[in-house]
Amino acid sequence: MKLVFEKSVPGRRGLTISKSDVSTSINLKADLLRDKPAELPELSELDVVRHFTELSRRNFGVDTNFYPLGSCTMKYNPKVAERIAAYPGFAHLHPLIPQLRIGGILTQGALQVLYETDLLLREICGMAGFTMQPMAGAHGELTGIMMMAAYHKDRGNKKTTVLIPDSAHGTNPASAAIAGYVVKAVPSDDNGLMDLAKVKKMLNDEVAGVMLTCPNTLGLFNPHVREICDLIHSVDGLAYYDGANLNAIVGKVRPGDLGFDIVHLNLHKTFATPHGGGGPGAGPVGVVEKLVDFLPVSIVVKREDGTYALEYKRPKSIGYIAPFYGNFGIILRAYVYMLMQGDEGLKRIAENAVLNANYIKEKLKPHYDLPHPQTCKHECVFSATRQAAKGVHGIDIAKAIIDAGFHPPTMYFPMIVKEALMIEPTECESKETLDAFIETMIDIAKRAQTDPESVTDCPKTTPVGRLDETKAARELNIASLA
Amino acid sequence: MPYISNTDEQRAAMLAEIGMTPDDLFADVPKEFLCGKLDLPEARSEQQVRDHLAELAGKNHIHLTCFLGGGFYDHFIPSAVYALTSRSEFYTAYTPYQPEVSQGTLQAIYEYQSMICRLTEMDVSNASLYDGGTALYEAMMMALSATGRNKIIIDDSVNPIYRVMIQSYTRNLKIELIETQNEDGLANREAIGKQLDDKTAAIIVQNPNFFGCIDDFTDLSEMAHKKGALVISSVYPISLGILKTPGAMGVDIATGEGQSLGMPMSFGGPYLGFIATRKPLVRKMPGRIVGQTMDAQGRCGFVLTLQAREQHIRRDKATSNICSNEALCALTALVYMSLLGKEGLREVAQLCADKASYAYQKLTSIPGVTPHFRAKWVFNEMVLDLPCDAADVIGRLIEKGFAAGFPLSRYYKGMENSILVAVTEKRTKQQIGMLAEALEAVL
Ligand SMILES: Cc1ncc(COP(=O)(O)O)c(C=O)c1O
Repeated sequence: MKLVFEKSVPGRRGLTISKSDVSTSINLKADLLRDKPAELPELSELDVVRHFTELSRRNFGVDTNFYPLGSCTMKYNPKVAERIAAYPGFAHLHPLIPQLRIGGILTQGALQVLYETDLLLREICGMAGFTMQPMAGAHGELTGIMMMAAYHKDRGNKKTTVLIPDSAHGTNPASAAIAGYVVKAVPSDDNGLMDLAKVKKMLNDEVAGVMLTCPNTLGLFNPHVREICDLIHSVDGLAYYDGANLNAIVGKVRPGDLGFDIVHLNLHKTFATPHGGGGPGAGPVGVVEKLVDFLPVSIVVKREDGTYALEYKRPKSIGYIAPFYGNFGIILRAYVYMLMQGDEGLKRIAENAVLNANYIKEKLKPHYDLPHPQTCKHECVFSATRQAAKGVHGIDIAKAIIDAGFHPPTMYFPMIVKEALMIEPTECESKETLDAFIETMIDIAKRAQTDPESVTDCPKTTPVGRLDETKAARELNIASLA
Repeated sequence: MPYISNTDEQRAAMLAEIGMTPDDLFADVPKEFLCGKLDLPEARSEQQVRDHLAELAGKNHIHLTCFLGGGFYDHFIPSAVYALTSRSEFYTAYTPYQPEVSQGTLQAIYEYQSMICRLTEMDVSNASLYDGGTALYEAMMMALSATGRNKIIIDDSVNPIYRVMIQSYTRNLKIELIETQNEDGLANREAIGKQLDDKTAAIIVQNPNFFGCIDDFTDLSEMAHKKGALVISSVYPISLGILKTPGAMGVDIATGEGQSLGMPMSFGGPYLGFIATRKPLVRKMPGRIVGQTMDAQGRCGFVLTLQAREQHIRRDKATSNICSNEALCALTALVYMSLLGKEGLREVAQLCADKASYAYQKLTSIPGVTPHFRAKWVFNEMVLDLPCDAADVIGRLIEKGFAAGFPLSRYYKGMENSILVAVTEKRTKQQIGMLAEALEAVL
């Protein structure tokens, strides 16, 4: 398919712009100007609409079909949330208005959304306060670790290291390192869980904290999680909860009750905000009482007269980590979703997500190796080692799944499972959809034994076949310049 | 049961098939961790929730005539932008890990990267960052890593919101962060020159700067490069419809807030951080990058590339921790720029400058209202001195239906009477005239 630039026709216009109604036309000093206009394409509105409609048809979303991308939680994104986010009263609100005199009064609706989202998340997570500012999960991690550092500084603690399990998502070690800590990886035990004995061994006064995902990236709940948090607390360390997998236990288990001090949530995972093909996300961070003073500024408070206001004077705060109040449009969608669920709805999310994952796990167990066969939570991780012995690797299975009309699971993550296929069905999917997917997976497993080439040849139904990634990196072409 | 498809019968059948009971599903969670009923509001229907949110939306006063900017602007958004970005094949997708079923997102990102390069006249761009402030922070981290040095000089004509963000992010790092004070509205060459040494990783500046003044950093780039330091410039993308580009100025890393490229103000987000740099620095860039390649049949396609920089491979050694970025906002910017095209973007930028210049004439002809800086070229924003406290005046103008601007006293000492006024192409001659009248009346 042609690039948008290749469709350009000199002189064509896509938008009629209002004529200037002012008499002045300013001639800026020539050496402050660019020598020639930016080489943007020249297209009609119809050209643009056709181009992007065609591109959209080369894309796969949750609305297209089953999208069991493990850890990413591709659940259905309710249309009502999209509609509400587009309400002019939210979409056209300038973020600086509440910072003007009497401006707070003019933004009460938006401030109430932020305030109530904070309260809802506190109750759901068992935390004492939240910041809405982080703009994705990883940004929340960085914010959380910055608060960890501020806490230790405030206590006069000399801490250098953060403990992170080897099964952790890559953002965990990256965030801790960027915040200035040394990362020590804790090996998983044979059950795929963080090894308690190893934690004990690695624990010393230099440990600032631990970062855990629970259930972890294998979809397993660590029954020793409280003991790990207690151990960390024994050296005045803090326990960080990566909430990417909260959807497995939401409404049933609260990270605060497990002993965690800091929690980030990926709103697109638990609270059904769309992922947009790679963002925008939102990564609110909650903390326990002893850390509330360190939350970023500003935060929304409710005054005695019932009005909402922004509070800035927080001397121990880590400061601003975002220009305003986070990705408000995304927070708003999550707020809508929580209001529609209530307590029972949230519990049903967790129960159905876990049922769907265990259903897939049990049904596929005879056909694929399952390194950790215990009850899983929201996702299960198979290993394609049996198929790999026949020359059919995880990636081949993924491409065969594409030809069957589904999105593939997450491949090759977590890194501690060889040929990992990480399947997360989410609570939304019906038994019919799961059965169709299971049938496909069984068929691929059979073909891997009897006719491996029919799998390694895939995909055949897509606009392009497998792409040469080595060429992409070696002969780097990442922009079409004029 | 909202958004869950299975019926009770189906659930029972599934459990029976795998030989489990409902209790088995959570048997791995120690009983004492199960929390019982949460204190949450009763679940609402779709109709109830829409009514409730319509009421809250109604409490936000969006009908103020907007002369408020500060890096976030009320530009016109063509209808086709939302029509296209709200196609669910785009917005309900994840990061394009499986290229064969994600060519839509991938090609769009490649086109977006190309547009950013063409706009800034830089060589390479990534797929997006969270916002203009974190983009500036990432650029700073890039410079520290690329030079192996630890000193950063930032002029206070850079957006103060971004400067406070950078202060937060650098608090625990071993970095010397020096702030220079602008010289009559432009980056202070003398102060920067004094600070610039062989420990300096980068000089951070902005164009047009927070005061709306237009600068040219060609001289700063020469100065910095002589000392082996980089120049990072934050830039307002609409202004590049007419203004000299960071590329032409010899800037090493260009970043900015992309909200003005088709995104609603949405009370602060989601927005779009962009970053572009020169080829030799490409491996230091944070975040996703899309590259063009081929399949076995020679068909052209797109993939995520240079992934060895990223957190999922390099973990604690990655160039950045970013994972999810702002892909849908990048798509928005791409669609916006495609609709405006070469001439359209130039026209919008020129209209902003023309209307700002008209507003400047109108407002400074009010007795007691004077420009804060001596004759300077401005793009679409200007600092004016009032005869009294600016925050007060702004408050009084809100009552008359105007978001007249931003009081600079919030971030700058000695600027109690100064107001920052922004004018976009959306403002009409009549609205500008009415603002002038209202301002004169409240002074
Ligand atoms: C376990 C885990 N942690 C953190 C993240 C990072 O979240 P985000 O992409 O929102 O930055 C992810 C996202 O995939 C994840 O799966």
